[in-house]
Amino acid sequence: MANLVEIRDLKVEATTDSGRRVEIIKGVSVDIADGEIVALIGESGSGKTTIALTLMGYARPGCRIAGGSVSVAGKDMMTLSEKQRARVRGTEVTYVPQSAAAAFNPAATIMDQVIEVTRIHGLMSPDEARARAVELFRALSLPEPETIGSRYPHQVSGGQLQRLSAAMALIGDPKLVIFDEPTTALDVTTQIEVLRAFKSVMKKGGIAGVYVSHDLAVVAQIADRIVVLKGGEVQEVGTTEEILSNAKHPYTRELLSAFEPKPREAADAAGTAPAPLLKIENLVAGYGPSQTDGLPLVRAVEDVSLKVEKGRNLGIIGESGCGKSTLARAIAGILPAAVGKIVFDGKELGRSARERTRDQLREMQIVFQYADTALNPAKSVEDILDRPLVFYHGMNAKARSVRIDELLDMVRLPRNLRHRRPAELSGGQKQRVNFARALAADPKLILCDEITSALDTVVAAAVIELLKELQRELGLSYIFISHDLSVVEAICDEIVVMYGGRKVEDITPAKVKAPHHPYSQLLFSSVPKLDPTWLDGLEQDPELVRAYCRR
Amino acid sequence: MTMTHSETKAARISGIRLGYRFNIVGMVGLSIILCWALVAIFAPLIIPYPVGEIADLDYFGPMSRDFWLGSDYLGRDMLSRILMGARYTVGISLAAVTIACFSGVVLGMIAAVAGGWLDTLLSRFLDALNSIPSKLFGLVVVAAVGSSIPVLILTLSIIYIPGAYRFARALAVNINAMDFITVARIRGESTLYLIRSEILPNIIGPVLADLGIRFVFIVLLLSGLSFLGLGVQPPYADWGALVRENIGGLPFGAPAVMFPSLAIASLTISVNLLIDNLPQKIRDRSE
Repeated sequence: MANLVEIRDLKVEATTDSGRRVEIIKGVSVDIADGEIVALIGESGSGKTTIALTLMGYARPGCRIAGGSVSVAGKDMMTLSEKQRARVRGTEVTYVPQSAAAAFNPAATIMDQVIEVTRIHGLMSPDEARARAVELFRALSLPEPETIGSRYPHQVSGGQLQRLSAAMALIGDPKLVIFDEPTTALDVTTQIEVLRAFKSVMKKGGIAGVYVSHDLAVVAQIADRIVVLKGGEVQEVGTTEEILSNAKHPYTRELLSAFEPKPREAADAAGTAPAPLLKIENLVAGYGPSQTDGLPLVRAVEDVSLKVEKGRNLGIIGESGCGKSTLARAIAGILPAAVGKIVFDGKELGRSARERTRDQLREMQIVFQYADTALNPAKSVEDILDRPLVFYHGMNAKARSVRIDELLDMVRLPRNLRHRRPAELSGGQKQRVNFARALAADPKLILCDEITSALDTVVAAAVIELLKELQRELGLSYIFISHDLSVVEAICDEIVVMYGGRKVEDITPAKVKAPHHPYSQLLFSSVPKLDPTWLDGLEQDPELVRAYCRR
Repeated sequence: MTMTHSETKAARISGIRLGYRFNIVGMVGLSIILCWALVAIFAPLIIPYPVGEIADLDYFGPMSRDFWLGSDYLGRDMLSRILMGARYTVGISLAAVTIACFSGVVLGMIAAVAGGWLDTLLSRFLDALNSIPSKLFGLVVVAAVGSSIPVLILTLSIIYIPGAYRFARALAVNINAMDFITVARIRGESTLYLIRSEILPNIIGPVLADLGIRFVFIVLLLSGLSFLGLGVQPPYADWGALVRENIGGLPFGAPAVMFPSLAIASLTISVNLLIDNLPQKIRDRSE
């Protein structure tokens, strides 16, 4: 037993509701040495989380470990009884979940939850555990390490909560920590701090780790070795440098190339339309009861003006909570703006969707981030695409059927998919249906609210390519809202940076206009690069970080 | 691991070819309900004695060749009375539960979609209605208006509307927060379309389950009202009334009091078995 972890020929299978068996993991072997961090990378459904969970001898409900062996620190997790496994979990192998916010109990203080592990396993007295927790808080560079433990989970930020859940994992002095996409839900500016904290603690303690992620750039910063997975099989294994500079497997190359930003070719300057398609002037929108001055209590968007030319795209970027989604909702009329003018195609629009005509509604469509909730799970793809055709165009059944085929072709979905329900489609397919529904209305402008952020890199790149093609064919304009700079750069002619509800800067990437505003500079420099030394070499002005990051 | 195997096997055995999975417990429940429904429809053709006729010379007679389920406190044939009673119990309850669930669910969905003052008004009004104890409400209405079958049906449905409303509204509010509803709203859809095509298909499963439970409550309340003498009036009797009439036979262990009770139990239990094991559509069609 040379290695800390030895996974040999692991097979995990699940039984579907018709009694059919599906192999999820098809014979995977992975080794992890002491103190080594190994990344499992792959698209969703590639089995990366399933493998990570078998390290704790756990298979999710409906799944079972069908063959192979998993040994951690000389113990075979397969042959241990449930009681023995429970003893190993939390002391030798620990887990940091993707969403720390969902993993904490909102009704108990953070300290009580962090030291719970030591209480369950009887590792140390509560006082010792508290002292150890404070040490860990300090090591993870959390603010006010002495007192942060007495707060409740809602009183700290998302990035802090993620580090606190790492403290919870580390307090039992584990040999192996499993990180399950711990930074996926965080903003780029926050992500840096969390990654740094994880890296320094792991290196200092010589703890081995498994880092599950779909983001190659993040993984490059923290992992020693990378295992590339697809469809439950290992595609390629190598050190981080090998994988990044000398990938052998075609799938790995695809992953890498999906990461390379393909800057958008400058749109022809001749196409400068006389009047912009959409013009927004001094828009204010927000939530809560309106105050005496007629403005809402919490203003999420303050005094934003922007315009979109015909056939050109506008990108809106900013961290979560900067008001970019609220801006989209105000433009679409879902959340009526309190102040401001929205001029679309030469006419001023009503602030609320109810005040707009059916044609005005038709010409501006919105596509939401989560295709899971944006598609009615009880309806087939056919029914979903059918409704806008009836509603806006009043087509007869035959014309609709032809048009649905056309729409499916447009978004590159096979026609036989039309009878399926959303639950039977993959994430990328759902997002395409979501987009096809917007296209069914024959719009002039499509508001895309973070449409790629729930997708894997490879799938997201394909969706972006699709959007570009459709723009060429149909002459659409997009407003593209995202927190991911590389996505926005790939498709937009102009970029608006938002911070705290205000527009801080306009950037035109085609003219290679570097960001001037300090926040834009910070945001642009925080995007991880495919370079293992990037995080260590990154230097950001601490003044700037303090001013703009609510870490 | 053995459990997974047996589950797989059971699913295959009971899996019907239509693409639905329906397990054996649910089928048993359904067949008992169907039996009672058939009995209710064909009761006049199959009863051995007229309902009101005093056929036995003895009262609380035992089970015999002539009187399969014994006789009641007047010497009437129990089998005939139970078979005829099925008409009242199953019929009134079914009508009442349909009215209650339909109105409750429609109002609940409208309240959830419309929101604002309409939601507040409806919710508070139905909450107020809900605060009246159901038996007391039944007693008062029946005492005031008199007992007839339409009055019974309406009273029972009014008692159960607030519950159905609350249930449907709670489900619909969750669905209403989803993005596909927002998409439909900014498409310009009407409230009717929203509740019929977007919300109802997503809550129909729990709503049907709720309908099953409410059916059972209504059977029990109707039996309770009849037990108090406010339900179906003599010489006819629903199952609850049969229990009340013959309660005097309890010390003698007379079949006349046991069998109506068993009938109530069999119907309510099988409805519950059915709704807990409704056929499920198999979503995995890769085979």
